[in-house]
Amino acid sequence: MRILRMCFGTALESGERMSGNDTLQSLPLDALWRGRGARFAPFAGYDMPVQFEGVIAEHNWTRTHAGLFDVSHMGPCFFALPKGHALVGDAAHQKIASLIERLVPADIQGLKAGQVRYTTLLNPEGGVLDDLMIARPAEPGAAGDLYIVVNAGGKLDDWALINKAVGGEANLVRADDRVLLALQGPDAAAVAAAVIDAKLADMKFMRVARYEAFGRLTITRSGYTGEDGYEILVRAEHAPALVEALLADARVKPIGLGARDSLRLEAGLCLYGHDLDPTISPIEADLAWTIQKRRRDAADFPGAQRILSEWKNGPTRKRVAIRPRERAPARENVEIMKDGRKIGIVTSGGFSPTLNAPISMGYVEAQFATPGTPVELLVRGQARPADIVALPFVPHRYVR
Amino acid sequence: MRYTEDHEWARLEGGVVTIGISAYAVEQLGDVVYVELPEIGKKVTAHGEMALVESAKAASDVFAPIAGEIVEVNAALAADPELVNKSPEADGWFVKLKPADPAALDALMDKAAYDAFVQGLG
Repeated sequence: MRILRMCFGTALESGERMSGNDTLQSLPLDALWRGRGARFAPFAGYDMPVQFEGVIAEHNWTRTHAGLFDVSHMGPCFFALPKGHALVGDAAHQKIASLIERLVPADIQGLKAGQVRYTTLLNPEGGVLDDLMIARPAEPGAAGDLYIVVNAGGKLDDWALINKAVGGEANLVRADDRVLLALQGPDAAAVAAAVIDAKLADMKFMRVARYEAFGRLTITRSGYTGEDGYEILVRAEHAPALVEALLADARVKPIGLGARDSLRLEAGLCLYGHDLDPTISPIEADLAWTIQKRRRDAADFPGAQRILSEWKNGPTRKRVAIRPRERAPARENVEIMKDGRKIGIVTSGGFSPTLNAPISMGYVEAQFATPGTPVELLVRGQARPADIVALPFVPHRYVR
Repeated sequence: MRYTEDHEWARLEGGVVTIGISAYAVEQLGDVVYVELPEIGKKVTAHGEMALVESAKAASDVFAPIAGEIVEVNAALAADPELVNKSPEADGWFVKLKPADPAALDALMDKAAYDAFVQGLG
């Protein structure tokens, strides 16, 4: 048996991968997860817990109860006006928001206190350099700050780009020495209310607030599984107590990166470096909803010309969901065919435990992007029937 | 029961060799979601590609431990690929093969040698 393609590492993989391990970073909670029986593999430069009891069992537990994920490899940071700035309230927010808007197409100035937006970091050609969350803190004393979370793989580049774009007008403070947890699933709200703060049950989706518990927590009601839930930033010294308290609740189990990938794929969410890259625009990626009207009218973000042209005229290629009709999964780089001609490529693919069937996402020529369009997937040289379907594969259950 | 360094097992019974993948390999792969098996009558060479197994984590080629002709495939795996997880070295078998030379099995590892080999993988 020989591993052809890995989603996440197994011990059967060749020694090549192991030789690169000497530069791997460990999570602050490495020992805790090992004590809980996690299997580890490298991801984005970190030695990550990828599996506990098994990807499918963990996936299903998250969809039916609550899963706890360690996503401390990601890049949380605080972006703030210099200390001693004279601005207060909305004026302070508008200043800091205008600085980050040099790089993203979302209306950040329009965020209300405590609101979070998903957006993209763009290059001058309108291609996506990363996808990220930007939050305006709820607390009046934090006006002029933004809480930003970027992906693990590109965090150093992202932060350098942001620093360069704002000159000395604002400071970026890394918070990736802390622990970032995601608590996801239908029981997440009840658990968070019981273990952390009763007010968490009433928090709305895509909101942020600080909580004076386990040190001080910065919590957003958000996630990347399609389920309701929270992402929790906690100082490393308080993290073990928080994790043990959450896991002491019978509704919560630790979940690895493997299930995080199948959950986000079912939810139709993009994985950077796979479904998004510097050649792909937010319009092609079906992320037009992340570009609010004020920014479209102002056309003042990187690549605005291309992006607004695609907005108006439609993109030439589009991100779609694909359901193979047979059992064989169609993974990344599988060619998508129509009448013997290549019309696109799979960018993420695997098995959906919820649908008990293979699912894929990819890009196709726009004329074939309509749900219901039959296509063929070239899996190991064999054309296999599939259909373009609507995103997401599994309905989101966010608390609006 | 004999094993290869690629984690296939082979068992000779009544002139036919049953082949699957080892419990260790399955433990590493995790949840098996799809198995692609060869057509009956296909001739395979020793160490040649014979089948494919996909888990939630990885896609892997499965090689023929010895040369021969495929005489039966485990049809139950199409509907229930999890059988490979539940019973890797019995009900989760992949194919039955009529060996070109049954003695070729003798060159493969026995259980003790394979266990030591796996131990060495760390």
